[in-house]
Amino acid sequence: MSAIPADFNGFIVIVKRDCETCQLIAPVLQQLAAVGDCLIVSQDDPAFPPGVASVRDDRELEASYRLDIEIVPTIIRADAGVEVERLVGWKRDDWRALTDDPALGAGLAAFSPGCGSKSVDPGMPEKLAYKFGDTQLQARRIEVAPLQDEHELAFERGWSDGLPVVPPTEDRVLRMLAGTTRAPDEIIGAIPPDFAPCSVEKVAINAVMAGCKPAYFPVVLAAVEAACRDEFCMHGVLATTYFAAPIVIVNGPIAREIGMNSAHNVLGQGNRANATIGRALQLVIRNVGGGKPGGVDRATLGQPGKIGFCFAEREHDSYWESLSVERGFAPEQSTVTLFAGGGVHAVGDQKSREPESLSRSIASLLRGLHHPKLYGGPDALLVISPEHMRVFREAGWSKARFREELDGHLRIDAGEIVAGAQGIAEGMPMAMAGRRVAKFREGGLQIVHAGGGAGMWSAAILGWAASGARGSVPVTVAVKS
Amino acid sequence: MTTLLDPTSESQPAQRQGLPRPQSLAGKRVGLLDISKPRGDVFLDQLEAKLGSLGVAALRYSKPTFARVAPAELRQRIISECDLVIEALAD
Repeated sequence: MSAIPADFNGFIVIVKRDCETCQLIAPVLQQLAAVGDCLIVSQDDPAFPPGVASVRDDRELEASYRLDIEIVPTIIRADAGVEVERLVGWKRDDWRALTDDPALGAGLAAFSPGCGSKSVDPGMPEKLAYKFGDTQLQARRIEVAPLQDEHELAFERGWSDGLPVVPPTEDRVLRMLAGTTRAPDEIIGAIPPDFAPCSVEKVAINAVMAGCKPAYFPVVLAAVEAACRDEFCMHGVLATTYFAAPIVIVNGPIAREIGMNSAHNVLGQGNRANATIGRALQLVIRNVGGGKPGGVDRATLGQPGKIGFCFAEREHDSYWESLSVERGFAPEQSTVTLFAGGGVHAVGDQKSREPESLSRSIASLLRGLHHPKLYGGPDALLVISPEHMRVFREAGWSKARFREELDGHLRIDAGEIVAGAQGIAEGMPMAMAGRRVAKFREGGLQIVHAGGGAGMWSAAILGWAASGARGSVPVTVAVKS
Repeated sequence: MTTLLDPTSESQPAQRQGLPRPQSLAGKRVGLLDISKPRGDVFLDQLEAKLGSLGVAALRYSKPTFARVAPAELRQRIISECDLVIEALAD
């Protein structure tokens, strides 16, 4: 049935036997049915209420779904097929006013709350939305045979990154899709390396498998969107023999809203949002894009972050503007930044209490990244810990001031690092000798604040060897609801 | 029955496909697996002789019992020693 039969005038009452209030008002239902123009809809037993000849059997819950019933009993008054009023539960006076019958329910209690509608039982809204709603999932269906283990099936089909995945059932995917207002058939982009068109629905399937909650889904979608941008060069990041993988950095209020970790062990394990958002992006690249190790993924060694690498910037007590603000977004705008990065290198300095010393210390580590004799190669992402941040805060150093200081320490006379110098064949081309060269390209060093409150350790994350316009540049996109 | 949604770009068939058949047995290591049903060995003896006449050496294996799947150790041995395997489902 549609929501209400066309041209219907009268009352529709939705009930279930397994509801004490519905049983209480059985005499009222019988009375209304006897008068006519009243349709009784039963969710669990077409023989209830007794003594009513034409109860509508709604064990499939289609009518309840279409009428958006949350409580039983619900009485709806319709005029020419259009709802004009509804009451939930039993309030004698309200029912009398609605039915214009001052004697209705005489002898019954004046009030009795209703029960939950069967159409809103846990997991049921998604099932009904799929069965009767407008949301039609397009993905191919894979039947799991009765004796087959669904987790093993996911491994056998090559859907897994090596860890178990949550089986992507229709219910779970529909719940994931409820995390966004974007239509399931919206195409987010073409996913490298196959450049397969990727719908919101396909992202949802992979987000389910990664273990995401629906609340994380807008962040996952933003990450996928960023990975599809030409300037991020996801195909190259995947195909390289180098260590790079997309690192997801989340800024703005959504990080706290979904419970992301920006503090203790921020680059480590243990937080569901951090762990699963990064993993969802990698699963999209694997499954939709077709990017698999040994296939287009040609990494020589790889790194553990290729399972998924995602964290939030610690913004609430940062002395510096955040990464996203530096990149032109408002502080209240939630964003995702993708950085093509590799492993984590320690910046251990427990003695520097002056910003000049700490800057020199950090620069000395950065100069060694990739190779101490190679400049202008990979970008880097510097993660400043709260205790190191304190040194700059106490000295009143802005982020710009720190960058300026750092820049001076990240330049060298190329003659010192040309090929063959220091008895090492690796190095800059001989033709560079005599020039002053910078460790990073212009804009090639990103800086964020994150980590636990104790520990004078920061971290440098190595970028991709092909950074910049010839390869990958960081991409920031706004998170859409 | 559980139904899952395909997370891939659906460029591969939904059903798992068999591995490509070899174009030739030349240089291939062929395993002959007897599942321990009666007269499986007769069939495999014939095959071994036939393969021998083609200059293809065969390696013989047998399952302890036809009623159970092959033990992991046997499967791993076959995988590591053979390029292809012919299994005798006798009776």
